[in-house]
Amino acid sequence: MTTNAKVRVATVWLSGCSGCHMSFLDQDERLFDLAKKMTLVYSPIVDVKEFPENVDVTLVEGAVANEDQFAMLKKVRTRTKLLVSLGDCAVTGNVTALRNSWHHSDQAVLERAYKDLSDLNAVVPTAVPKLLIHARPLHEVVKVDFFIPGCPPHPDLINYVLTELLAGRTPVMEGRSKYG
Amino acid sequence: MVNELEKKISVSPVTRIEGHAQVTILLNGDDSVKEALFKVVDFRGFEKFTEGRPFYEMPSITSRACGICPVSHLLASAKACDAIVGVTPPKTAIMLRRLMHMGQLIQSHALNFFHLSSPDLLLGFDSDPTQRNIFGLIEKQPELALRGIRLRKFGQEIIEKIAGKRIHSSEWILPGGAKWPLTKERADYLRINLPDALESTQETLVMYKKMLDGFEEEVENFGNFPSYYMGLVTADGGLEHYDGTLTIIDNDGKVVAQCVDPTTYRDFIGEAVEPWSFMKFPYFKAVGYPEGAYRVGPLARLNVASHCDTALADQEFKEFKRLGKNGIVQSTFQYHYARLIELLFCLETAKNLLEDPEILSEHVTSKALVNNYEGVGVAEAPRGTLIHHYKVDPQGMITWNNMIIATEHNNIAYNMAVTQVAKKYVKAKQLQEGMLNRVEAVIRAFDPCLSCATHAVGDMPIDVKLIDADGRLVDRKVR
Repeated sequence: MTTNAKVRVATVWLSGCSGCHMSFLDQDERLFDLAKKMTLVYSPIVDVKEFPENVDVTLVEGAVANEDQFAMLKKVRTRTKLLVSLGDCAVTGNVTALRNSWHHSDQAVLERAYKDLSDLNAVVPTAVPKLLIHARPLHEVVKVDFFIPGCPPHPDLINYVLTELLAGRTPVMEGRSKYG
Repeated sequence: MVNELEKKISVSPVTRIEGHAQVTILLNGDDSVKEALFKVVDFRGFEKFTEGRPFYEMPSITSRACGICPVSHLLASAKACDAIVGVTPPKTAIMLRRLMHMGQLIQSHALNFFHLSSPDLLLGFDSDPTQRNIFGLIEKQPELALRGIRLRKFGQEIIEKIAGKRIHSSEWILPGGAKWPLTKERADYLRINLPDALESTQETLVMYKKMLDGFEEEVENFGNFPSYYMGLVTADGGLEHYDGTLTIIDNDGKVVAQCVDPTTYRDFIGEAVEPWSFMKFPYFKAVGYPEGAYRVGPLARLNVASHCDTALADQEFKEFKRLGKNGIVQSTFQYHYARLIELLFCLETAKNLLEDPEILSEHVTSKALVNNYEGVGVAEAPRGTLIHHYKVDPQGMITWNNMIIATEHNNIAYNMAVTQVAKKYVKAKQLQEGMLNRVEAVIRAFDPCLSCATHAVGDMPIDVKLIDADGRLVDRKVR
């Protein structure tokens, strides 16, 4: 990260509720300061469709719940310097992983929603990404460099971590974040 | 169904919406557009994994269906829990729930208009895709970006001041009421800051109406078709978001169904499945699938309601009604207008609630055990009618859960809308980014929340593939 060039930041949304992205937006007016220091090169709120090369920092929200997300996360890892697990679904699996206590939880949840609770064409959709048997936190799939817990993480915490990373410093999480 | 031998174009992922989706555009032999399919590609399974949880955990768990409208889930869930304990919450608790819901609607409507849709409207459908976002707006139109950020912030602050936290503020809500009252200090903060939010909403409405002249073609072609409409109304037919009667009207404005007892919603609404999408396809049962396509959300609510009941919103409402035959506005583009009118309504309603001294009463909790083994909660989320339906055992453990989410109701209509826009704008032989962005834009006008709808949400590359009738790749664009 050179001092003059803007830092290339991406955000990715896997299986989660988008609450972490909303908490990112809850930085409110501070987004203006961030805009001076970073370029958002890929995000659900940006119209770039291919995850770019040479990303400095990527915040990933959500657990890994289907095969497409698994492949996406692998790609993100190869193209980003610092990968951050943003929020409890990414950090522990959280609500997305509540299904894991069922044997073959992928089938259990799909059959309930599409077979039991439908009035017409009650079939499990097939022309869609295949669910993994269990939803997984990111670090079970790729190496994660930094963890921001919270459901969602507080916007002040997101702002602190980003500000430090953009300045090339290592954020100190002690006293700032905790489990649960 | 997608036939692999047909020619198709896919837009993946659809961006600046709250969810994981793709659009597949099927072409005829002469490369004209045959049909477009809106496909949702994530799924989490709330209806199964909540089984066995105590009912009082449901607001907390199900609000995690969505980080954008968590309060609507909290409320629909709490109302289903109110029914299970068989208790009417104290008046102040209901007032506070309503006020908190106004915060939710303000936050979400501001997000859709400023953060997600305005880059199309202000920077242009064909503008540079790398700039066409909220950060691009910060650079190009900082004052407007600031207005949007502050308006959304105010909505979030209403939620925070009442419930202690902006997103997933589930500690506050209880079956039968709420955990703590609103302090005078916090109410004063909201009262003091409300006029600014109201003023910037009025300014935005003026701006939007001026802009409309430049979008005549889009208004005409963005999901402009007849359908049924559904929404809650008050006892005298007015706009309602927390309670009231679920009402379905036809495209002439005639009431075709009223679901007075929410537990009977399944008599009116059926849910169909298509194998190519994780989002189900609800339909009006009396008409069948897919002809029973209906729309929900801001446009539908204003179509169903006879008035708003607040002064400024009612003025705009009258203008809005003039845009359609029999007062029914059918262009999906006008969801934007309806959303801004609702913003005004929500701010005025929040003001009225904050000025009522009873909002500060300390009696907000009722206590009761499980008395009924079934409960349904209905609320109007920002994107439309939200239904939570639970069954419990005598200990209050969930045995069965069905959730129908605002965005799902619009699913048949999405597919009609993307097909209409694709037919109008997509020229397969000279494919351009802006053409496909318009297809995405009509989806943004609906403001789908797919996080909710698949009781999940994502990112994949946009990969536009032109495949000929023999299955050969003839052209490919990745952006």
